Amino acid sequence: MSEATSEGPSPDTDPDRDPGHYHLRLYVAGQTAKSVTALSNLKRFCEEHLAGRYDIEVIDLIKNPQLAAGDQILAIPTLVRRLPSPLKRIIGDLSNTDKVLVGLDIRRRADES
Amino acid sequence: MPDQRAAPTLPKAPTGIEGFDDLTYGGLPAGRPSLICGAAGCGKTLFATTFLVNGATRYGEPGVFMSFEERAEDLSANVASLGFDLDGLVAAGQLAIDHVRVERSEIEETGEYDLEGLFIRLGFAVDSIGAKRVVLDTIETLFAGFTDSSLLRAELRRLFGWIKDRGLTAIITGERGEGQLTRQGLEEYVSDCVVLLDNRVDDQITTRRLRVVKYRGSAHGTNEYPFLIDHAGISVLPVTSAELDYANPSGVISSGIAGLDAMLSPGGFHRGSSILVSGGAGTGKTMLTASMVEAACRRGERCLVFAFEESGAQITRNAASIGLALDAHARSGLLRFEAARPSLYGLETHLARMHRDLDRFRPDLVVIDPISALRGPSNELQGALLRIIDLIKTRGITAIFTTLRSDGSLIGDGDLGASSLMDAWIKLQNMEANGERTRTLYVIKARGMNHSNQIREFLMSPNGIRLVDAYIGTAGVLTGTARVVQ
Repeated sequence: MSEATSEGPSPDTDPDRDPGHYHLRLYVAGQTAKSVTALSNLKRFCEEHLAGRYDIEVIDLIKNPQLAAGDQILAIPTLVRRLPSPLKRIIGDLSNTDKVLVGLDIRRRADES
Repeated sequence: MPDQRAAPTLPKAPTGIEGFDDLTYGGLPAGRPSLICGAAGCGKTLFATTFLVNGATRYGEPGVFMSFEERAEDLSANVASLGFDLDGLVAAGQLAIDHVRVERSEIEETGEYDLEGLFIRLGFAVDSIGAKRVVLDTIETLFAGFTDSSLLRAELRRLFGWIKDRGLTAIITGERGEGQLTRQGLEEYVSDCVVLLDNRVDDQITTRRLRVVKYRGSAHGTNEYPFLIDHAGISVLPVTSAELDYANPSGVISSGIAGLDAMLSPGGFHRGSSILVSGGAGTGKTMLTASMVEAACRRGERCLVFAFEESGAQITRNAASIGLALDAHARSGLLRFEAARPSLYGLETHLARMHRDLDRFRPDLVVIDPISALRGPSNELQGALLRIIDLIKTRGITAIFTTLRSDGSLIGDGDLGASSLMDAWIKLQNMEANGERTRTLYVIKARGMNHSNQIREFLMSPNGIRLVDAYIGTAGVLTGTARVVQ
């Protein structure tokens, strides 16, 4: 996580073209305590570390069960990082901040900002 | 459907797997999960797939295959050789396949979670086709994907409860573990029915066996049963639970050899009897049986020949040289050859194959040529032979066994039991005298009839087999040229 190895941060203007743009999907199953916690944790991280270059899509599998197979969802809640690639899956209520940051590869960027 | 027999006790879901539904009196417990466990490569996935395919095609019960190992494409390809068209069933809405990929390296755990996603996927697949059957193959893979095994256990317990609540008949497969039936001890959770598949190698020969370890609320066969996996799919042979109800045939059948019929007072053998033909190499055993087979086929009877030393084509060709047209009968479907090297399978598997072929082909006449070719540990061999004989006798099928041993024993010294089970015994022997070798035949025994005790000369020519009375005179028995001269 040293600064020497980090890529140059690019100021984000157009989120669609920005390679550093985060497209995140949070899979939940109804308004359970774990899901609510996960969503509020996720929003907090994104605002802290990815302000302006993320979007979150919340998918409720109770309403759209057909979407579970596509992203290989087993655990609830699951956060899927669709972009930047590679695809990553983070399960749980996102209460372990360090693991989330490492899992999303934003720890490094967080150091820079 | 066979499940009606056990209906008063416990509703069952037939698997359609030959033999298995018999030994469990109807199949797996309906509306409950069952565990099929065994080591790698013992046929768990095939068992489960057969259960689903038969459910969809025969019993009107669509099914969901949730695969934790193989991808849907691989699954379809693997069973295509058995004639299972998974893609077609999927297209017809009779089957849903969901491949659950669990990759530890792709998953980061960050706090509390549950496996509700799995429930939703399964529930969605079940609802989308109105499934009645479910297969989870192999759910223990989850333990490699998630670190919290106590949570997994709790979730699996909940899953099996959910399956019961939904009234789904489910197969859960599990890999055999050290000291227990499955690696993660799934048998603790799936306790209604546990089936163990086994693949044992003895003397480099593999025998597959199946055992119903437990079946709550139902009687079941408790033995280890050999089972087969071949082009016809899975068949389990409850060979020792033979509970059979076949009519005992009556009447006399001709041997197709006028001279031999004449030696037996009713003019032939009793139908349904077991006939032993013994003789050394080159005495004409196979041709004698071929002529009996030909005669049976001409009467319109179905004949099944288990050949352990020659192929069907070879026997047909050789029989043609003495004027027997076996090929025509083979073409018309009355005659079938089942040729296999004795060393190809273990005894149990041979027995299982015979059992299956007997029940499928339903022959009137069976030939085992030669039964002395079967090899195995002597204690097993004796038992297996008795069961083969029993198998055929209880079905009322006329059987001809050939053996190379001139003492009439089937396999080795001192097994007097087997030959005493035979109703008739024809002995072929080559006699050497005066620089000439002649084939001779005599009837050692023929139960329930008078028979000639004389020796006959046994001639094979392009016109068939002919028996000639040997000359009996002051000089003794004369055969061959000596007889002609006399």
